[in-house]
Amino acid sequence: MTKTVTDVICPFCGTLCDDIEVVLSDDGKKIVEVMNACAIGNEKFHHSQAADRPKRPRMQQPDGSYKEVSYDEAVEFTAQMFAKSKKPLMYGWSSTNCEAQSVGHQIAELTGAVVDNTATVCHGTTLIAVQDVGIPSCTLGEIKNRADRIIYWGCNPAHAHPRHMSRYSIFPRGFFTGKGQASRKVIVVDPRPTDTSNMADYYYQVEQGRDYELLQAFRTALHGHPLPDTVAGIPKEKIYEGAEVMKSGRFGIIFFGMGVTQTLSKNHNIDAAIMLTKDLNEFSKYSIMPMRGHYNVTGSGEVLGWQFGFPYAVDLSRGIARYNPGDTTSNDLLRRGEVDAVFVIASDPGAHFPISSVKKIAKLPSVAVDPHFTPTTEICKLHVPVAFVGIECGGNAYRMDNVPIDTRKVVEPPEGMLTDEQFLEKVLHRVRELKGAA
Amino acid sequence: MAKIQLNLISGRTIQQGVAIEGGKEKPSYRDACGIIELDAEDFSKLGIYRNTNVRVTSAYGTVIVKAVDATQGPHPGLGWIPMGPWANSIVNPNTYSTGMPTFKGTPVEVEPAPNETVLLGIELVQKACRAET
Repeated sequence: MTKTVTDVICPFCGTLCDDIEVVLSDDGKKIVEVMNACAIGNEKFHHSQAADRPKRPRMQQPDGSYKEVSYDEAVEFTAQMFAKSKKPLMYGWSSTNCEAQSVGHQIAELTGAVVDNTATVCHGTTLIAVQDVGIPSCTLGEIKNRADRIIYWGCNPAHAHPRHMSRYSIFPRGFFTGKGQASRKVIVVDPRPTDTSNMADYYYQVEQGRDYELLQAFRTALHGHPLPDTVAGIPKEKIYEGAEVMKSGRFGIIFFGMGVTQTLSKNHNIDAAIMLTKDLNEFSKYSIMPMRGHYNVTGSGEVLGWQFGFPYAVDLSRGIARYNPGDTTSNDLLRRGEVDAVFVIASDPGAHFPISSVKKIAKLPSVAVDPHFTPTTEICKLHVPVAFVGIECGGNAYRMDNVPIDTRKVVEPPEGMLTDEQFLEKVLHRVRELKGAA
Repeated sequence: MAKIQLNLISGRTIQQGVAIEGGKEKPSYRDACGIIELDAEDFSKLGIYRNTNVRVTSAYGTVIVKAVDATQGPHPGLGWIPMGPWANSIVNPNTYSTGMPTFKGTPVEVEPAPNETVLLGIELVQKACRAET
């Protein structure tokens, strides 16, 4: 008889769905079926059991090929790399649990590393804006139960957070939103009509890169001030109409994503969006929430925040925590040749950094800890595969609304495979020995 | 042959998400992300059939991808390459002191390249990294 594990947490995106059900074979070793997950979560659970998965660490050879080595050799190589490095970069962290992140930070303190996470290419600019103007936010549960005005600005949850709209933001029948979708009005702002904008009651095809102007125009409209005929390609009548729709709600939320964090105005866009939220609170109750990408990038920000005082790009090389985006962020450090070793974990900069940064990683002593084969693992000197958090080991993760949820272990990892936390503990222990601090 | 100027943006798709979880070493990753979605108007200007390979060039690099119909549009003047090493071969790496490369809004030139091949993801990154040595 198969057994079904309920309340499984999906370890893919920041929605951190907590209602997944996994059907296991009799002996509890094989995942037979995954219920409730989206296409991406479903693929993650199933692929974790693929036969072609790397099971042991692999060391790069002079001819560019990779040879299998033991975990002990991998620990030694990594520890030696840290011990010899003056300013290593420890990047990633977003696809592992908070417990592992914390162990990694101990290595960072000991070696004077820069600790950066995937926010550096995702919501880092959001974090900069939050430091400038604060952020009125709430939980996804409050959205589900209260929100009747949903604004998606520069994000496409239909593709990036597939169950977000069903579980929290458009379709659910909540306490004060008993009519589900019919209780809500949806506004979407995107330079392309998308699968998300198809669900909008009001869609604004903003000129690409001009979100800043449109955000400020909404603020202007809210206060009844005059606007030019068009702003960012949108006629002023539509802006006034949108402002009235926003004002008329009882509880509104602005969800935003890369369309505003990665375009040229970057943190200034988010600043304007947060100020729009604050202005809307003069008329109604509004919150704003970033659509975090990885399932535990928020957790990395939390752990870094409470341990060092900053949510990403933390430079420990001078023995104190320093933070200066543009100076201590990964892409800038790599471009300027300011780090001498790179340790990547739970992320894939090889695929998601501009290629000029990746070329720098390929030339440096480097280690990539990742259960998959990725462009990062295939250019680093050492690839260490580990167990999947949320499938083969548990551990804490934070959802996009800063709610901590403990992930569950559903099946055993492959024989002899370490978890991120176990590998980092071994490296930490060896680095302490090498530095005479054991 | 015709060349057109476009504004390039990049981001997530469901197919990209499924492909990365299925394994970036597989052809499915290239099929999901080694593409540029073009508006019908821009296809006419280029004068090529759908699914022809094209060369996309910016001030920062050049890459071969397959030109496909825009799945979410219309968006004349905009080109869409899903996030991944193909897009990241040509996006603007400048962070302007924010730490964030400018992934969205890179001016590019697109020209037909029917005889060139689209590389697999890992192959593309490895080749680029070796080119400097």
